[in-house]
Amino acid sequence: MDLNGLYQEIILDHYKHPRGKVVLEAPLASAHHVNPTCGDEVTVEVAADDHGHLVIGYQGQGCSISQASASVMAELLEGASVDESVSVREAFVAMMHSQGNSEPDEDVIGDGVAFAGVAKYPARVKCALLPWMALQDAEIKAGLMAPKEETR
Amino acid sequence: MNTFDPSRIKLDFPILQRTVRDGQKLVYLDSAATSQKPNSVIQAERDYYETCNAAVHRGAHQLAEEATDAYESARVAIAGFVSAAPSEIVYTKNSTEALNLVAYAFSNATALHRASGNPPQDPRFILTDEHNIVVSEMEHHANLVPWQELCAKTGAQLRWIPLTDDGRLDLASLDSLIDQNTKAVSIVHQSNLLGTINPVVAVMERAHSVGAIGIVDACQSIPHMPVRIRELGADLVVWSGHKMLGPSGIGFLWGESEILDSIPPFITGGSMIEIVQLDHSTYAKAPKRFEAGTQMVSQAIGMHAAVEYLTALGMDAVEAHEHSLTGYALDQLANVSGVTVIGPTENVARGSAISFTVDGLHPHDVGQVLDSRGVAVRVGHHCAWPTCRRFNVPSTTRLSTYIYNDTSDIDAAISGIVAAQEFFGVI
Ligand SMILES: Cc1ncc(COP(=O)(O)O)c(C=O)c1O
Repeated sequence: MDLNGLYQEIILDHYKHPRGKVVLEAPLASAHHVNPTCGDEVTVEVAADDHGHLVIGYQGQGCSISQASASVMAELLEGASVDESVSVREAFVAMMHSQGNSEPDEDVIGDGVAFAGVAKYPARVKCALLPWMALQDAEIKAGLMAPKEETR
Repeated sequence: MNTFDPSRIKLDFPILQRTVRDGQKLVYLDSAATSQKPNSVIQAERDYYETCNAAVHRGAHQLAEEATDAYESARVAIAGFVSAAPSEIVYTKNSTEALNLVAYAFSNATALHRASGNPPQDPRFILTDEHNIVVSEMEHHANLVPWQELCAKTGAQLRWIPLTDDGRLDLASLDSLIDQNTKAVSIVHQSNLLGTINPVVAVMERAHSVGAIGIVDACQSIPHMPVRIRELGADLVVWSGHKMLGPSGIGFLWGESEILDSIPPFITGGSMIEIVQLDHSTYAKAPKRFEAGTQMVSQAIGMHAAVEYLTALGMDAVEAHEHSLTGYALDQLANVSGVTVIGPTENVARGSAISFTVDGLHPHDVGQVLDSRGVAVRVGHHCAWPTCRRFNVPSTTRLSTYIYNDTSDIDAAISGIVAAQEFFGVI
């Protein structure tokens, strides 16, 4: 088995040097998600700047995959519009549900492409998705997007 | 007697011959979750379907007769394995169901008593908000959540025996925790997370001194050591077949007949009745009282083969083998820097499930690196989340052995842990 395919350098780098792992001063909303099978946790906070663009903070503890995913997401979506965050999330989620058979677009999901290998390990897909689902929840709670069945 | 030889035992387990993750030898160290099955168990289930498949305790044909016979002789064998009488052994789906059966005995007895105003058949099972139920801080969710539900339904209070830092029950406050208002005390015999073997006899004695029902979760003990069930001192004992070489889908409740016959049934319907009228029914005596619907016959028959396999090895020998392997594993883990065992580190009153953390590494990542080398371990909270919290860890990596493991399996795990440390650059 190819450990390097699963744990790409980008993932290890974000795990060891997380970006955007901050507590917001005045979040509009936050969402705390856990992975009940392994106890990984992440709390994502959102706010909007004067232009309605996202300000993201998060805290968490868990495996390299869940924590690197949170860092990649926070870095990628900081300052994005809510619409952009929705389409990036959709692309990321689609890749994670592809069982490793997708060609992710780096222009859309940036460092998120490093997680393509994780999609082959069903037990780890939930880890990678955890922060993304928390962000979606926080955006809904903050009234930034309508509550809809966006993802599986 | 032959000497205990795991390398020969391994040959009886087809799954242990397969390879995983690109042709590597499978090193199975997750038997506390479920054990692997020997040929004889697999063959017994197959034979049943090939020769005498039928619904038991129904039907007048030869197949039904043979199936019923095989199903009931399995009960005799399983009872014999724990020195019980066959009529005291109830088949359930697993120990989770058996524990729910017991918790529901309390809530059903209480609800029936309140609704009818009739005196209860067994007042020990009637709960009010003055009463309490005592568990420990090291219970599997199966022996915790049903009691939480029962308390929510009846207003009773849930209490737990705390743990010491080395993962033992802290019995200092036992006499105040278990008091005159305690109606049930339910304790794990051997912890699936910490490995601790608990002094259940003392806890059960205290339970009985206040008239409470004593329950023991023997899921992790009966597969690994000789158990004469009455010597646990409990009124009711549960365990699962799949952790002791048996098929999935069968577990057990042992109880004194006097208790089993006096508590309300859990799942009702066909086969568990005595007389059915349109508006009410009366129920069979145990064990049939608790065996509603078409039963898990092939599983019982597979279980029969499983207890025969273990009996042929000798449970004293199984216990001795695992004890020495546990000692070896604890010694090896102690030599790896950054590894902390959660649970007793001394190989005394301790079983073979060993949980540990690795500094700087999340258990999920440790498990993944081990898996990449063919070593199967469990990671997570092991269905004992409050126990993890007690030790301030979100989760652990756990290795657990059985009859087919030897020191080379432990060595494979140890080198995998070091490889994980190297891969993630924490050493
Ligand atoms: C101590 C203990 N109790 C209860 C259970 C639940 O057993 P089952 O899942 O077979 O119902 C387990 C199994 O994981 C266990 O280890």
